[in-house]
Formats: sequence, C-alpha cells, structure tokens
Amino acid sequence: MSTPYAKLPAWADYGLIPVINLAVAFVVAGLVVLLVGENPFRAAAVLVEGAFGRGQGIAFTLFYATTFIFSGLSVAVAAHCGLFNIGGEGQGYIAGLGIGIVCLAFDSVLPWWLTFPLAIIAAAAMGALWALIPAYLQARRGSHIVITTIMFNFIAASVMVYALVGFLKPANSMAPQTRTFLDGAQLPKLNWVIELFGAKIRSAPFNISFLLALAMAFLVWVLIWRTRLGYEMRTYGHSAKAARYAGISETRIIIVAMMISGALAGMMALNPTMGDQHNVALEFVSGAGFVGIAVALMGRLHPVGIVLAAILFGMLYQGGAELAFEMPAISRDMIVIIQGLVILFAGALEHMFRPYVQALFASLSPRSVGIEAIKGKGA
Amino acid sequence: MDLFNAIIQVLDSTIRLSVPLLLACLAGLYSERAGIFDIGLEGKMLVGAFAGAASASVFHSAYIGLGMAILISVAFALVHGFASITHRGNQIVSGVAINFIAAGSTIMLGQAWFQQGGRTPALASDERFGAIVWPGADALRGVPILGPIYSELVSGHSVLVYVAFLAVPFTWWVLFRTRFGLRMRAVGENPAAVDTAGISVAWLRYRALICTGVLTGIAGAYLSMVQNGGFVKDMTAGKGYIALAALIFAKWKPVNAMFACLLFGFLDALSIRLQGTPLPLIGKVPVQLMQALPYILTVILLAGFIGKAIPPRAGGVPYVKER
Repeated sequence: MSTPYAKLPAWADYGLIPVINLAVAFVVAGLVVLLVGENPFRAAAVLVEGAFGRGQGIAFTLFYATTFIFSGLSVAVAAHCGLFNIGGEGQGYIAGLGIGIVCLAFDSVLPWWLTFPLAIIAAAAMGALWALIPAYLQARRGSHIVITTIMFNFIAASVMVYALVGFLKPANSMAPQTRTFLDGAQLPKLNWVIELFGAKIRSAPFNISFLLALAMAFLVWVLIWRTRLGYEMRTYGHSAKAARYAGISETRIIIVAMMISGALAGMMALNPTMGDQHNVALEFVSGAGFVGIAVALMGRLHPVGIVLAAILFGMLYQGGAELAFEMPAISRDMIVIIQGLVILFAGALEHMFRPYVQALFASLSPRSVGIEAIKGKGA
Repeated sequence: MDLFNAIIQVLDSTIRLSVPLLLACLAGLYSERAGIFDIGLEGKMLVGAFAGAASASVFHSAYIGLGMAILISVAFALVHGFASITHRGNQIVSGVAINFIAAGSTIMLGQAWFQQGGRTPALASDERFGAIVWPGADALRGVPILGPIYSELVSGHSVLVYVAFLAVPFTWWVLFRTRFGLRMRAVGENPAAVDTAGISVAWLRYRALICTGVLTGIAGAYLSMVQNGGFVKDMTAGKGYIALAALIFAKWKPVNAMFACLLFGFLDALSIRLQGTPLPLIGKVPVQLMQALPYILTVILLAGFIGKAIPPRAGGVPYVKER
C-alpha cells in the first residue's frame, strides 16, 4: 500500500511543516495563558528574556538542554528502529544507581577526569541493562515494548527508593539521598565559555557533560547514517518485513537498538547528579526522560534537530522559572502543557496540515509535488 | 477475631482502592477492543478528577461535578480520537501528549483559579458522594462473620463504587450481546472487514472512545470526590498505567478485568497494611517490592509465562481505506 500522502520538496518536509506544527502548539499554549488571565505575548517575552537575557540564564538554559539532548537522542535511536522507548525516565533513574556506586567508591581516590569515564560507563551500562529486558521480551516473547518500558519505569522508581533509603544513604542520615560527592566526582563547570563573551555568571550548573552530549549527538548521526548497523536499524524501522527478508536478525537489531537507546538515557543522569547536585537523590530525573519524547519528535529524529529542540526546551525550563516568578498565575507546569502540546502537534498530529500545504504547493507549482500531467490531458 | 477484623479491613480497602483501577481498566477495554491503544487513561482520569472537584466546589453539587468530570474526560478522549482516527497519528504519541497536557493544565488552572498550590478547595459533605448504608446494615453488624461482611464490605460505599462493579456485567453485555459490541470487537480485529460491510470504522472507533471518556471521567470523579475530599495535583499517581497493566492481565475481558483490578487493589491494600510488619516464613518484605509487584506481574504475564496475552489484532494501527 502506498503512503497516503504525496511527496513534498525536502525543505517543506523538514522545515515548513515542523514550523507550522510548532507554531500551532505555541498558539494553543498562548490560549491557555489567556485562560488564566495573562497576556501571552508578554509571557513569551518574559520567557525569552529569562532564558537568554543574561549570562546566568544562558548557562541554565544550556544546563537543562544537556539532559534533554541525551534523552532526545535516546528516543530517536529507538524510533529509527521503529521502537517507541518510553522508558527513558526509568533507564535514566536506574543509571543513578551506577553513578552513585562509582562516585561513592572513587571520589576520594581518583580525580574527576578518571571518575567521569567510569561513571559514564556505569550509567550507560545500567541504562542499557534496564532497556535490555524489555527489548528481549519484545524480540523473543512478543510483549509490547511500550507497555514493558512503562512498567520498568515504575519498577525503577521502586528499586531506587529501596536503594536510597537502604544502602546508598549515609547510615547516620534520614534524607533518602547519597552523601555529597567529593571533588573527585564533581564535574568542572563550563560557565567560563559563556563568560568569554562578556556575560557575568554568579553560579550556574552548566558543566562539561554538555560536551559529552554534543559528542553523543555526533556519534548518533554517524551510527544512524554512516554505519551498517544504523542502516539495518532504519531498514527495520521502515519495514520489519523487508528487514527480515534481507536477512537482518530481528532479535539482534531490536536488542542492540534498545540497549544503545537505554545507554543514552542512562547518560542523562550524569548531568543532574555529578554536574549539579553532587549527590544522587530521590526523583532526580524529574521527567527529563519524558521531555526526550517531545525533543525527539520536534527534532524530527535528527541529531541536529534534537540539539536545537533540546536548547528550545532548556529555554522553556529556564524561562519558565522566571515566568513563574514574574506572573504568579503561571506556574512552572506551563512547560508541561507546552511539552504535551508539542508532542500532540509535532507527533500525533504531524500530518494534520500536510494536505493543505500540499494543496498549496500543487496550485503554485505542480512539478514540485511530482504532478507531471498537464491539466485536461488524461490523468 | 482480631485477624478476622483485619482481613475485613484489608478487603474493604481493597474494594475502595480497586474501584478507580476498575473504571479505568474498563475504559481502556472499550478503546483497545476497538483497535485504539490508550496510554492516556492516566491523563483522562486526572482531568476528570480536576473537573469534578473544581465544579463540585463551585456549583455545590456532586452530580454537576460528576457531569463535568465526564464531559471534560470525553473531550480529551475525542482529542485522542481526532489525532489517531481522523489524522491517523501515532496512538501512543497522542496518548503521551494527553497525559502531559492533563498533568500540566490541571495544576496550572487549579493554581490560577483557586490559589491553593494546585489543590481545589476541600469539598463539603454534600458536594461529595457519601456512603450508601444498605437496609439493616447497622442492625446486622453484631452477627458474627456475616454481619461485618454485609455491613463493611457490601454496604457503606458510595454510589460510584456500585456503578463501577455494575459496569462489569454491563460491559460484558455490551461487548458480547449487542450489535455495537460485535462491531466494536470486529473493528479491533479486522477493520477492513467492517468497512466492507458498509459500517464506518471511524464512527465506531469514536463511539468506543466516548465510552472510554465516560468511564475515565467517573474514575477521576471517584478519586477526587469520594476517596479524597478535593483534587490534589498528580492524584492519579500512575493508576492509569496500573489499569492498563490490569487490562493486559485480564486479556481484554471484562470479568477478568474485575479480578485483575481487585488483585492489584488487594496488593496495594496489603502493602499499606503490612508496612513494616514482618511476615511469617518470609520475614520483612520491603514496601517497595509490594508496590512494584503489579508492574512485575504484568511484565511476567506479558512475557508469556502465565498464559499468553494476545491484544486485539488491529490495535495501534490507524485504518487507511484502500485506494
């Protein structure tokens, strides 16, 4: 069966339609702002000012963006293989266990540049492991990956509560969190990069894991578009039947894709723990895994798009905090609404405006949409 | 006698805790049987809970609250339908979106309208659904064994509890004894066949989603107007997902759904009851394990180790007419 939609020029497909979808999401968000009796334009101005107005804001925006790049990449890698990994939240949360153990063990003996690689490995391994079971069940036992990964989110939450109130917290403390990491497990800040441009920063948690995130974005691009494995993943994502016919092992490709996805989700735990709070606490992921879904959809599953979308969401998080301060009627939960609207319009309703855009293109220049026949002559 | 009373108490709270699960589970049953995956049960319950509590406290009527809960929840179900039926979008993505919109908007509107940190004002007793005491419940309380069972377990619940349990045979009847039910099941298995028979696939699926919205609305109203005297942010706390798990556990059958929800409700009640008390033979069970048990059981079931759960065949696939 052919796809129900005809082709558009590439720039319209990758540029125009996402922009229209996003614009609609923000218009609806503006209506919500109107509903609580505030001016949406002023709200938008406060938000942008809060995110980019001062060096402090920029640093925080990039700090949030770091986590979202990881979670967005995680969702994208699975999505290229036709899998919806909704379990990034749990995979990131459980990675905190690995990070906690590594940091508590080594922060007094090793410098940060030795602890950091160990923690990356631990986080990636825990995340991958947490994705392995749902992947195996999907590949071999036919259970739906979406449901199992959701279940694993909840199981991860229980495991982490158990670990944090059990063996991870110091014996003499009541708070369910690890002790503060020593210098050996604190990541260096990158604030000086922003200060190079003349901005002043009091204190912001923008740290070196941002560079790791960018490196991972590049590696994901290499993986998906420049390696054989990535080609197999995309083939499987397009058509499982064709992949099977081409001799691609279904089990292997599902498990590998999910483990890479889980490893990326696991790495997002590095930023809030080693980069900011310097401990592992309850609920430290706080929804970043789910933001990844919106980020990946908005970035059209491409690493460049994901980095840009992550910065946009970082801006919403940072600007949203300022907004909640300036306009008491708007709480930070506005971001959650925007997130939902972006997922709705850029994800589920991504084809809503396509027929109109197509009709427009067809009337302007029939050739651009592949209509060769001249009107009134056959067809 | 102490043990007996303890058992009665646990069973009583089992019923109370399984009602929202049961309503949400049956809600999911309608949409999934019609071939629409619904991750958004959680969100629809949440908006139902908020709309119910907010309008009950504004209009001072429990029934207006219930009506609004159903109305708003159906509206969200229709958004899901618009995305996944009319525009053939990804049903899971759409469900996730609905959960986020629900989570954010209930807190934000609650804060903007009531200024109590996302809560709605505490409901007075006439704004909530009170307990219905069955005839003779108080008189029979003294009778050993049967007395407490009748007066505690059967009597003394709110009307929504009875609605939930009556919805089970009703759903069975709709699904297996009506024309609508037959067509709905068919559209979940093989929409092309239904289309060939000249029945609108889209309209059938929309109607199934309206049923889903009504039930999640009632589930939400139960949470905020019976179990709790008002709306608290994120009060569904994953119940929509447990309901989804129960639905799979029940293999998409209404009576099984009731037992699955009672089981999950029982686990919940037991974990509250057993907090910190050691069990004979096993010793002290971590609370977290009890809380995770419904999810672990579902994963094991999904893996095919306790029978096989086979979802409706056309589930999750948008229907495209052949052209």
